[in-house]
Amino acid sequence: MRGALHQRLGHARRIAAVLLSSQYAYMLEYRAEIVLWALSGVLPFIMLGLWSAVDAGGGLGMSSLQLARYFLSAFVVRQFTIVWVMYTFEEDNLNGRLSPYLLQPLPLVWRYVAAHLSEQATRLPFVAMLVGLFFLLYPAAFWWPSLPSVLLAVLATLAAFALRFLMQFTLTMVCFWSEKASALERLLYLPYLYLSGLVAPLALYPEGVRAFAFWTPFPYMVDVPARILAGETVPVLQSFAAMAAWAALLLPINLLLWRRGLRHYSAMGA
Amino acid sequence: MAIVRAQGLGKTYRVADKQPGLAGTLRHFVNRRERLIAAVQDVSFSIEPGEFVGFLGANGAGKTTTLKMLTGLIHPTSGTVEVAGCQPQRREADFLGQITLVMGQKQQLIWDLPPLDSLRVNAAVYGIPPEESRRRIAELAEMLELGDELRRPVRKLSLGQRMKAELLAALLHRPAVLFLDEPTLGLDVNAQARVRSFLADYNRRFGATVLLTSHYMADITALCPRVLLIHEGRLFYDGSLETLTQRLAPCREVRLELHAPLGAEAFASYGEVEAIEGREVRLLIPRERLTEQVGRLLADLAVVDLSVSDPPIEDIIGRLFHQGALA
Repeated sequence: MRGALHQRLGHARRIAAVLLSSQYAYMLEYRAEIVLWALSGVLPFIMLGLWSAVDAGGGLGMSSLQLARYFLSAFVVRQFTIVWVMYTFEEDNLNGRLSPYLLQPLPLVWRYVAAHLSEQATRLPFVAMLVGLFFLLYPAAFWWPSLPSVLLAVLATLAAFALRFLMQFTLTMVCFWSEKASALERLLYLPYLYLSGLVAPLALYPEGVRAFAFWTPFPYMVDVPARILAGETVPVLQSFAAMAAWAALLLPINLLLWRRGLRHYSAMGA
Repeated sequence: MAIVRAQGLGKTYRVADKQPGLAGTLRHFVNRRERLIAAVQDVSFSIEPGEFVGFLGANGAGKTTTLKMLTGLIHPTSGTVEVAGCQPQRREADFLGQITLVMGQKQQLIWDLPPLDSLRVNAAVYGIPPEESRRRIAELAEMLELGDELRRPVRKLSLGQRMKAELLAALLHRPAVLFLDEPTLGLDVNAQARVRSFLADYNRRFGATVLLTSHYMADITALCPRVLLIHEGRLFYDGSLETLTQRLAPCREVRLELHAPLGAEAFASYGEVEAIEGREVRLLIPRERLTEQVGRLLADLAVVDLSVSDPPIEDIIGRLFHQGALA
């Protein structure tokens, strides 16, 4: 029994290592594109400039330093929670690449997870450079987060990535029925943008909107991990519990749609 | 005991029924109509372990749909399938480890990396120990005449090299059942011949069962003693290629080279004139009268050279599909 478990774990470890290393090699081939993607994610810096100009934080209890740290943290969190599985899946489905993968004894989702993690690893040095540049331009905002808050922020960012991935992968299942399912993701981008904390810390939102936002999964995808990294006080347990609840809700829906989708799959383009 | 068994297999697709033009587009937008297309209907056959079977049919006849059902990629609308003792649509790991599907022009290799990277992934996914996977890669690479190409990015390989690398990737886990959908499509004659001899070698060496579709009849005639013929979704022939040829081509082709050209009327009593080009003549003579008529031709005419052959199988099948004579 233990031997079989050990063997399965060893098998899973080997698959993970090989998938990650091959995907990392693949992503390095596209490093220039990834740098451009990283650069295109500077929305939090633009929002920082806007909010600082109107001194929004001051009136609502956030100093300009807090605001700067929040947006820098939001930028970092956003860089490691970007999910594009729907676009790749849709393309793979349309041009017939899905079929060979479906015929291998490895759940398809792990290929996409490995691709995302490898892309994040490729992004890492450029993100570090941009953070360094930010501190060069705005040295007053520099801070050393404590080790526990860094570890907690990493954990929260990983959880945020997992939740965002699960949410998009669940929507991705629509690709089995529609050839242009990615339009749904574009539709979902608006609430994500406004309720995740990318355009402003949720602390600056009116009380009613903020309360509503925390009933959605979006604040846990940027605002919560960013505030943890920025050293703000966050109800950690409650936040992780909310993420787990959303995952528990989405996972069965995902599995159900996956099974139904496979029945409907027509292996087009193959 | 059969390793592939299909019983009453059918697949019906629902497709949009739209008239052309703006009016048709608007009508379709307001009142979307669909119709059912029966891609495969009541197809039954079985294949024994180690058999090499050709799957013939015109474009859209239902070959690929059948292969997709046999591999579990799509679910049949009716009937049952069993491959290697499993129900393909359940996609159990045990089943997936025993089959492979190679689709010409479709690829599983990672485009920007050398094939060896994809092979490492496949080895891990199928649980092949590293040492064993190295041994298998070396063996298959030798059979496929692949060497340095495995270290070059896939995008830099020629179509033939890429197809061979795809075959290597598809066979690394040593599947017992191979479904090959046009594996030589687009390859030049030399590459086709190499892939063909590799497949024959693989079938002999590992006793693998192969179901092959190909538009190149040379693939079928060289590899498949048995063929399945499908037309408009229905299987109408299952048997030896030789019997099919005899059944569908009651005549044999006689090629003559004469000392001097003659008119078509000179050959009327020997058989049907297929073509006359100067001193070269092609006649179709019924099989049962072949010996007698060849003897007469040699006795009556000034013949420089004479050869007898079956008409090309693609001509036979092409004519058959064209005539719709599929009773």
